[in-house]
Amino acid sequence: MARAVDLRGLRDLLDHGAQLVEVLPREEYEELRLPGALHLPLKELGAERADAVLDRSRAVAVYCWDGL
Amino acid sequence: MSPRAACRLATRGYDVYDYAPGKVDWMAHGLPVEGTQARRTTALTLMREDVATCGLEETPAEVARRIDGARYGFALALSPGRVVLGRVRRSRLTNGAASLDTVIEPGPSTIRPHTPVEDLAARLARGKAQTLIVTDPEGKLLGVVRRADVEGSQRGTRRG
Repeated sequence: MARAVDLRGLRDLLDHGAQLVEVLPREEYEELRLPGALHLPLKELGAERADAVLDRSRAVAVYCWDGL
Repeated sequence: MSPRAACRLATRGYDVYDYAPGKVDWMAHGLPVEGTQARRTTALTLMREDVATCGLEETPAEVARRIDGARYGFALALSPGRVVLGRVRRSRLTNGAASLDTVIEPGPSTIRPHTPVEDLAARLARGKAQTLIVTDPEGKLLGVVRRADVEGSQRGTRRG
């Protein structure tokens, strides 16, 4: 089960090697993204795509535009 | 959108965290971003940190002296955690002011650091304010943006 995290928690995760993933469409990712974020748009988030991009041994933090 | 993505990844066995406040929250704290729009001019680009501040326990005379030595005609009253409580104008700090409580303007309007310069200009055009107060989403003071800097940015210059 995924766990919610706030900014402080996110920064702590990143300090400990978590992978950061933006799930918005490509145009939004290319315009503005958090430093070092990988791109896995929600609509392409199949098993093969995820496994090709992500390292299962490390935590994953996902984000989009806002909480709405 | 991120909660759905987080669920999908979690069901596939990943150790997943959902930063639901997202990109807006990150930028609103004045943190850096990458991308083709990362270098656009925002409140953070134009922000200055030279505004006078004070605590509510200080005397009007102390705050008046501080404002006289600063760039702007007001001070921002802050909590111990730097949350903006109100604005104290120098013009209200006359000899008769007994305490800051009697002259403070509570809850001044604030903006976030990622606000684009075009939105700053539009906001300033609607009123006579010479400065905009920049805070993070928790209300903590980051700085101020001057009208002159917004107008200068749109003309391609920034005054010193």
